[in-house]
Amino acid sequence: MKRVYVNEEWCLGCHLCEYNCAFANSGMDDMAEALKGKKIFPRIHVEENDRITFAVSCRHCEDPICVKSCIAGAISKRDGVVCVDQDKCVGCLTCVLVCPYGALAPNENGIMQKCELCLTNSFGEPACVSGCPNNAIVYESRDEVQTEVDPDGRTLYVGD
Amino acid sequence: MKRYVIIGNGVAAAACIEGIRSVDPQGTLTVLSEEPYEVYCRPLISYYLEGKTDAEKMKYRGADFYQENGAKVLYEEKAASIDTERKRIVTEKGNEIAYTDICIAAGSSPFVPPFEGLETVPEKYSFMTLDDAYALEKAVSEESRVLIIGAGLIGLKCAEGLKERVKEITVCDLAERVLSSILDTECAALMQEHLENNGISFLLGDSAKSFSGNKAIMNSGKEVEFDVLVLAVGVRANTQIAKEAGCEVNRGILINDRMQTSMEHIYAAGDCAEGTDITSGEHKVLAILPNAYMQGYCAGVNMAGGQAVFDKGIPMNSIGFFGFHAMTAGSYYTEADGGRMYEEKTENSIKRLFTKDGFLTGFILIGREERAGIYTSMIREKIPLAEVDFDLLKRAATNAAFTEEKRKGAFSAVH
Repeated sequence: MKRVYVNEEWCLGCHLCEYNCAFANSGMDDMAEALKGKKIFPRIHVEENDRITFAVSCRHCEDPICVKSCIAGAISKRDGVVCVDQDKCVGCLTCVLVCPYGALAPNENGIMQKCELCLTNSFGEPACVSGCPNNAIVYESRDEVQTEVDPDGRTLYVGD
Repeated sequence: MKRYVIIGNGVAAAACIEGIRSVDPQGTLTVLSEEPYEVYCRPLISYYLEGKTDAEKMKYRGADFYQENGAKVLYEEKAASIDTERKRIVTEKGNEIAYTDICIAAGSSPFVPPFEGLETVPEKYSFMTLDDAYALEKAVSEESRVLIIGAGLIGLKCAEGLKERVKEITVCDLAERVLSSILDTECAALMQEHLENNGISFLLGDSAKSFSGNKAIMNSGKEVEFDVLVLAVGVRANTQIAKEAGCEVNRGILINDRMQTSMEHIYAAGDCAEGTDITSGEHKVLAILPNAYMQGYCAGVNMAGGQAVFDKGIPMNSIGFFGFHAMTAGSYYTEADGGRMYEEKTENSIKRLFTKDGFLTGFILIGREERAGIYTSMIREKIPLAEVDFDLLKRAATNAAFTEEKRKGAFSAVH
């Protein structure tokens, strides 16, 4: 399935992805109104060392340890997307304690939020990707294409 | 066809159901639930008292969970014994259930020391179950003075949950510090200060010697008057049924990396089980929810004939009080044990990373916002410090400290 992937050699460290993420999840129509003068709580964040920069967001792991560890039963994986039910979350931060990528952080109220690929907000596809000026984050399928052999010996592509 | 029986109906049991069904959709599955409720999030009972959740939201799984997984739950049925010759479980009510494979996920029970005069205390409670939370909710009023015996995770979460509902709360503990199982002296002092700033009083290095009605007489001779008493001294793994069935038992039911007990066809998972803490190499009851899930799932897969191993058990806790968080994991080796500590401190925060023999073995982060899972993963996956830029990593939990190859594996590959 399609996911957000990082091409770290292309990242300029401009942090635009963070702003686009915060805007896409703000529920507001106007970017300036949504973000200006406010501390933002994006679901993607840029990390760096002295050589490179790159954006980090949820990997939607095959076997997500956050789902298994959530003490509130608030994190689940639905159709390949790891989602958090903010009504159930109590903000204990156990998911922050276990995520090997450091991909989760709480919102301004201490309740967890995470990248859900913009599938549940009005944007519909990852805003971080569409706003990236240098293709340093992309939204694509990198799964191996699954094939079956039909009874006539032909290869059938059955998607991913 | 297999007949699976799970003793217990907590998170380990729910995970066991999911593990079994990932392999075998056919076998019959029976769950013995001592409590009259569907599986719920036990660690949330303090949040319930605090008004941050409710009984509906506390349900661990959706309404169709048992039905979808073909599991039959027998509520208010407690297993009394396992007849391994006839392969039957006998319940306290005298009912019998035939099995081919069992998972004991019986949890733990509050440990109540034999305090002199405890029987004279009119309002005394434990804090382990949803029913305990309901009972406490009824017992307290805005005028209540509450005494909590035990400054561990359970006692302090109870204090936080009750704070807005009562007049005053005193917590006492024989230990000299709060959260003595997960925090060292200095970190505990910082957490204690924060709790005191939020109106919780402490009597540490002192505990109740005896009770007389609504009065506790402490070891120090001090007297504490209270209206409601909460006993949160500690918990004991529920091991009796396993022991009587012939399973090897230490503090918990001994299990291997496949969650098998010493008896064939009997598995165990969760707070009643004793697996390996890979940071110390010791057998330990790791009574935390993530472990319960991972052990339960592993047990389920193996019961159903699959091949699963869980060999990454570590102690870890993320716990907050009144908005102030502590995250801890692993073992804290001191210099005397051949370990080293990296430390950063401010007035309101402490970070301590413990390393030994080229590995990160544990950490305490208190009052800090950090993406601690990166550290936890270093411990759980036993990643050698030589493979990372530890000078960078020790200052901040960042993926930038990893090699390009590992980073690309993480962020440019499929998981």
